[in-house]
Amino acid sequence: MRRPWARDGGGHPDTATQAGVPSAPVDGAPLLSLRGLSKGFGPVQALTRVDLDLPAGQITALAGDNGAGKSVTIKTISGLWEPDGGQMVWEGHPVVLRSPKEAEGLGITTIYQDLALCDNLDIVQNMFLGHERSRRGVLDEASMELTARRTLEELHVTTVRSIRQPVASLSGGQRQSVAVAKAVMSHAKLVIMDEPTAALGVTQTRMVLDLIKRLSSQGVAVLVVSHNLNDVFAMADRIAILHLGRSVASGPITDFDPQVVVDYMTTGSSTRAGSGHHDGEG
Amino acid sequence: MARAEPPPAEEPKAAAEEASELAAMAATTGVTSPELLVDSLGEYLRAWWTRIRAGESGALPVLGGLVLIVVIFQVQQSAFLSAKNLVNLFILAALFVLFGLSEIFALLLSEIDLSIGYVAGVGAFIIAELIAPPNNWPWLPAVILGLLATAFLGLLQGLLITRFRLPSFVVTLGGYLFFQGLIIYLADIDSGAVGGVVRVPSTSVVFDLVNDNMSPLVGWIALVVVVALFAAVSLSRAARRRSQGLSAPPISIVVLTVAASAVAGVVLVVVCNVNRGVLVPLNGVPWVIPFVLLVVLAASFMLNRTRLGRYIYAIGANPEAARRAGINVAMVRTLTFVICAFTAGLAGLVYESWLGSVSVGISGGTYILFAVAAAVIGGTSLYGGRGKAYHALLGGLVIGAVDNGLGLLGVTAAGQDMATALVLIAAVTVDSVLRRRGTQTV
Ligand SMILES: Nc1ncnc2c1ncn2[C@@H]1O[C@H](COP(=O)(O)OP(=O)(O)OP(=O)(O)O)[C@@H](O)[C@H]1O
Ligand SMILES: [Mg+2]
Repeated sequence: MRRPWARDGGGHPDTATQAGVPSAPVDGAPLLSLRGLSKGFGPVQALTRVDLDLPAGQITALAGDNGAGKSVTIKTISGLWEPDGGQMVWEGHPVVLRSPKEAEGLGITTIYQDLALCDNLDIVQNMFLGHERSRRGVLDEASMELTARRTLEELHVTTVRSIRQPVASLSGGQRQSVAVAKAVMSHAKLVIMDEPTAALGVTQTRMVLDLIKRLSSQGVAVLVVSHNLNDVFAMADRIAILHLGRSVASGPITDFDPQVVVDYMTTGSSTRAGSGHHDGEG
Repeated sequence: MARAEPPPAEEPKAAAEEASELAAMAATTGVTSPELLVDSLGEYLRAWWTRIRAGESGALPVLGGLVLIVVIFQVQQSAFLSAKNLVNLFILAALFVLFGLSEIFALLLSEIDLSIGYVAGVGAFIIAELIAPPNNWPWLPAVILGLLATAFLGLLQGLLITRFRLPSFVVTLGGYLFFQGLIIYLADIDSGAVGGVVRVPSTSVVFDLVNDNMSPLVGWIALVVVVALFAAVSLSRAARRRSQGLSAPPISIVVLTVAASAVAGVVLVVVCNVNRGVLVPLNGVPWVIPFVLLVVLAASFMLNRTRLGRYIYAIGANPEAARRAGINVAMVRTLTFVICAFTAGLAGLVYESWLGSVSVGISGGTYILFAVAAAVIGGTSLYGGRGKAYHALLGGLVIGAVDNGLGLLGVTAAGQDMATALVLIAAVTVDSVLRRRGTQTV
């Protein structure tokens, strides 16, 4: 077993070491690489030889028009679907993920848009759902509450009035924060988020973007699917663009500007493109 | 509960450690969050109001309703508040509390169990037939076997519901009919059953459960011990949580709660200790009352302080989230139906003790209606994930008061059924309206 929700004694060893560069990859090698990943559903070829690099401590935005294959990509990474072809390389080793459990076992946590929170449970109870701590069969509420609070404070989530309030009473942004904190507590190495700001207003979006940045500054690799280019440019370190199931461009966000990204998303190429961030045929 | 027990010698050290650790952390991160702590009574009341608006109405509306019912019946019939009638009412309520509690388990999952009336009947028959002639078993193995049998019926229904994904109301409606038939079959094969009735020997412990009383002195001692324990446990727990920097109810609220339960306990013991005998003196708290309170306490502990309870709430609110959290949803749901049926078995035990016999004519259908009514009136939602064990106490008392009061007024069975149905519909309406408002404000 890995150590998620492990009873952490005094300090917080994991986030402490994560603040540097996490254990595995050598000189900037990505935490997870997809190489030539393909996936079809009968006649529909959803992904065709997709390449994607996800370095630790960086936010990678996955962009693309409707039906480009973003959701299929993240579902493959999170173990929901096995690819037809291609390779996934995790910390330098090829891996095959047959179930969400296996992905979770590696340290991949996916936050879907519906967030999977229980409205009737409070913040602490939601953060520990399925991983409760207990002593002699009795739930150890004190220990769970302390850890939950520490995690929220590390993420600077301070807008909630009480961590003992049911999540039904939280705003969209606060709920998103709880979902992220839950992922942090699982000591995830890669956090995948599907449209984290889709339903949020301006301030709440700001709050969630800050949260995602803080998450990556703790050494976690973050993959964010977003349709909102403002958000993408506000938070991402890197971008990867899909067009009709192919990866058409990727690289540091600084090599791109919104117009170029739109070109890639809509046509699969860009005449305005500057230095070489083309993937494949271009 | 158990957490409050460790001797104070070792606890403060750990608490102080955690507190200083917390302070250090707050200092380093520069974040202090006083708003995370509920400090004042005002703050607590505000949180309470928020919960009410979110659909968790709490106990006050039901208590208000109960007072209203009592006033109405007392005005109509002055015997209503006599010690004799109140003890009868408490015993009747004890039965409804167990039925209501049984149904609460199913409702928490957003399911329903329509079979519990006859599950209770099956359990009652098995126990009665084993302890009555010609079998003459001692009471303990008979009770254990009867309860195991009811748990098994719950297991069967739970497996059908979870393995084959059948709707619980259909499966348990099938159970309703099947177990009704099973009861007739059990009576047929028993040579001791005369005309479909099995008597509970009046010398047995099963009979004594309802029909024997604590001596008045024992009643008082038990009350003092229980209230003292409750006060010590809740005060020390609140103090310890506060010292660790955890959210805790303000001391004033804890004191109020303890005081309220002490008052309720004193009223109960005073009423039960009045002589209610006609020819021979008869007084004291019937054993069934502490028995039912203990069952509710155990259920409450299971729901609030164990993984199983936490998972029942989670599944009731969002089964998909529970599944993704790695919870074995099918197993928890099946277990819940087992617990539901087991609790119905306890109700069957109280039922046969109360009547001194059990008959194939047991009105299991009415008891199911009363069970749902008690649960919902007590504050448990029909829509899953919202409810507490103590709701059964409140709801059981209300249903018991209505049933007893109408009987006292000489209202016919037909009128009583209709009145209870109206109370049920009213409670469900309140639940629906509150729930809708709750989801709207979110
Ligand atoms: N389960 C499935 N069965 C068949 N085809 C599918 C399935 N899931 C996705 N597809 C197809 O794969 C392609 C990529 O879909 P995907 O959902 O990944 O797009 P997306 O980039 O997430 O789009 P959007 O921005 O609209 O969410 C689409 O053509 C879609 O129809
Ligand atoms: Mg999608």
